[in-house]
Amino acid sequence: MQTIYTDLLVVGAGLAGERAAVEAADAGFSAICLSLVPARRSHSSAAQGGMQASLGNSVMGEGDCPDIHFADTVKGSDWGCDQEVARLFADTAPIEMRRLAHWGVPWNRVVAGKSVYYKGGKKFEKVETLEKEGLIMARSFGGTAKWRTCYTSDGTGHAVMCTMDNRCAQVGVDVHDKTEAIALIHDGETCYGVVARCLRTGELRVYLSKATMIAAGGFGRIYPNTTNAVICDGGAHTMCVASGVVPMGNMEAVQFHPTGIVPTDILVTEGCRGDGGTLLDVNERRFMDKYEPEKAELASRDVVSRWMTHHMREGFGVKSPYGEHLWLDIRHLGEEHITGKLREVYEICTSFLGVDPIHQLIPVRPTQHYSMGGVRTDRDGAAYGLKGLFAAGEAACWDMHGFNRLGGNSLAETVVAGGIVGKKIAEFLEGCETEFKTSLINDAVKRQQARIDALIEGKSGGENVYRVRAAMQDALNKGANIFRTQQGLEECVATLQDTLIRARNVGLRSNGKGVNPELAAALKLEGQVKMALMVAYGALRRTESRGSHNREDFPARNDRDWLNRTLAYWKKESDTLPTLEYEPATQVVEIPPGDRGYGHSQIISADSKKD
Amino acid sequence: MSRLLKFNIFRYNPQDKSSRPRTEEFVLEETDSMTLFIALNRIREEQDASLQFDFCCRAGICGSCGMVINGRPGLACHTKTRDLPGEITLLPLPIFELVGDLSVDTGSWFREMYTRTESWIHTEKAFDPAALEERMDNKDAVAIYELERCVECGCCVAACATARMREDFLGAAGLNRVARFLIDPRDQRTDNDYYEIIGNDMGIFGCMGLLACEDVCPKHLPLQNQLGFLRRKMGITSLKRLFRK
Repeated sequence: MQTIYTDLLVVGAGLAGERAAVEAADAGFSAICLSLVPARRSHSSAAQGGMQASLGNSVMGEGDCPDIHFADTVKGSDWGCDQEVARLFADTAPIEMRRLAHWGVPWNRVVAGKSVYYKGGKKFEKVETLEKEGLIMARSFGGTAKWRTCYTSDGTGHAVMCTMDNRCAQVGVDVHDKTEAIALIHDGETCYGVVARCLRTGELRVYLSKATMIAAGGFGRIYPNTTNAVICDGGAHTMCVASGVVPMGNMEAVQFHPTGIVPTDILVTEGCRGDGGTLLDVNERRFMDKYEPEKAELASRDVVSRWMTHHMREGFGVKSPYGEHLWLDIRHLGEEHITGKLREVYEICTSFLGVDPIHQLIPVRPTQHYSMGGVRTDRDGAAYGLKGLFAAGEAACWDMHGFNRLGGNSLAETVVAGGIVGKKIAEFLEGCETEFKTSLINDAVKRQQARIDALIEGKSGGENVYRVRAAMQDALNKGANIFRTQQGLEECVATLQDTLIRARNVGLRSNGKGVNPELAAALKLEGQVKMALMVAYGALRRTESRGSHNREDFPARNDRDWLNRTLAYWKKESDTLPTLEYEPATQVVEIPPGDRGYGHSQIISADSKKD
Repeated sequence: MSRLLKFNIFRYNPQDKSSRPRTEEFVLEETDSMTLFIALNRIREEQDASLQFDFCCRAGICGSCGMVINGRPGLACHTKTRDLPGEITLLPLPIFELVGDLSVDTGSWFREMYTRTESWIHTEKAFDPAALEERMDNKDAVAIYELERCVECGCCVAACATARMREDFLGAAGLNRVARFLIDPRDQRTDNDYYEIIGNDMGIFGCMGLLACEDVCPKHLPLQNQLGFLRRKMGITSLKRLFRK
């Protein structure tokens, strides 16, 4: 058994994980990132649109400042966020963008003079000032008052990921790719590292650390239709769920992106709408301007996705063999813009759909996209429940997004939170000494080896891992989608409880030798079903509508009873449901709950009396 | 009536002592808009759960799924079966170490490349959090991004005759990386510094100009131009070095 020691162990090598590792390395500590794939293939690299930061260089962002960014973020979250964290984020984001520029990110820059832009399909003109020429440019994104989204063409995530991974190579952060963490090593109080499985050989390996960080991204793959990469399966979350002491925050807050393409669910960026693209129905007519006169296509994602679903229910969807969809129209932006600033979009449409977006409409529908929920941490990124365990990025519920995050805010969060949490980890490591108990380590390894042996020998049964996984995905898709009801959620929970029993009875079809993909899928399945139950049960209990969580039977946002955050635990192995606890959404209130200016308007105020 | 597709897939699990390198045949009914991503996952879920291959973003932007498709390196995720004949042969990318079946280890190769090219901005300047960012011409930013679009799929390396003959060749991906920093005004390295890295047969002078790299690059990077640009620049640098001595 190979045992590797490092000061900081990061599970995940995307932007949040690598950014934190750089911070620790700069402070003189050793850092290793574990990753399923080479770091640059992390899902961070798939984010096309950009990062929100209130630099205010573009004339369209004139007067922007962290205060406005903060207000947009709080409204976007439907007052579900931790305002202290949102403030920290908004204040730090501009500095972080400049740091990335210094490290090598080729941000698009302000070009002085006249240029045209589109809004709602209409052409407008703007004049950028000479004074700001060459500074970091921004584009428009949904749910924001100003043009605030810094970008590199439409490969922002990719470009920043390249720079961050370069920085890691430079400062000596090791990335152990093709390595999958499968269990935390902990004693119920402190985390000491992980047991990992090598995806080159299939062997188990032990990583010991003073600080362990979860930065493995979202868990969209527990849904059947998601824009998320194949690796965003919540595997790292399942380790925390299995601990029994680390809670998941707001698991019911799941974002659906308005423009996943049909049929492959690949995302086309919000930049399409930000740059003036419109949504059309079966009659090729716009509809968002009727539902949301002011923001139209650029209302926040939860609102646009909800109206799209509503419009299809009203009979305006386009029928296709893959179900109903609507159209995204970017034809009026012209060839130069589409093959330049929206090149990835152009490539996705032509390569995966055989659609030429310069002349044709793009079939789209709302698709699972982002997990606001995740490993609950405090504002320093320290996970609840275990000392020495941290989390950041989409994997975490830090919680600046509350019940809905704004486009461009999560990519920015990866580097901003990575930097802030990385600094806190470095402070934690300073003067931190640990003792590793070999019996604790050996027990953890033995337990994992026993699980693997049982799966290979089919000791618990012969359920097919892929069928059980599909049953879980299907249940969530039916019951915990954009619109939710008590009945739908009760059925969903019941189905998932059955699925949990089936997941415990999985046996492999193949021999399980080496880097066996069936074994990898089987090892995380039970944990995934528990997470699915956290989503569905949390949604069932939350009898209100807030952000992306929409209860048709409880359409109002209820600040009197639900201005809080769900904490979901799986306390005992034999439990059949998660244990839900609640904490106030925010301790600091800079902006008291109010109207978002878009979306639903029914609000039960915090001061109102109970019926 | 949809086609029955015949897949000939390379199989070998180096971790299983009883495994021998071989080709196995799988038959699938073609569906609308089927890509190799859909096809391979169906084969794994329905026919052989041990089949190894790599996908990640499945959207052509991460570079995980490079493989040899009917004799040509390419990304499996954006290869539509309707563009292929009824018989499809899939092999792992050569040059890279085999992990199993269609999965190879590109990570180690590229990490070695970062170290050799020192793939980061070399500057004496320290970051000042209180200062405005340094200005840059947007044209420079666009030009850098054009080269930064490489997804490190390894197709150019797998298609390269020089890389077949010498293990230490940087390949088009490595040379393109050098070009990316060479045009970046923030990087203070000189032509001489770059010459130390690529002014040899492991670098730009090893390229035989066959340019299969350009043909197979799934991101359509301008590799031919970059190789030409570097060869010219390093040729001139080489002459200057001769006369200075």
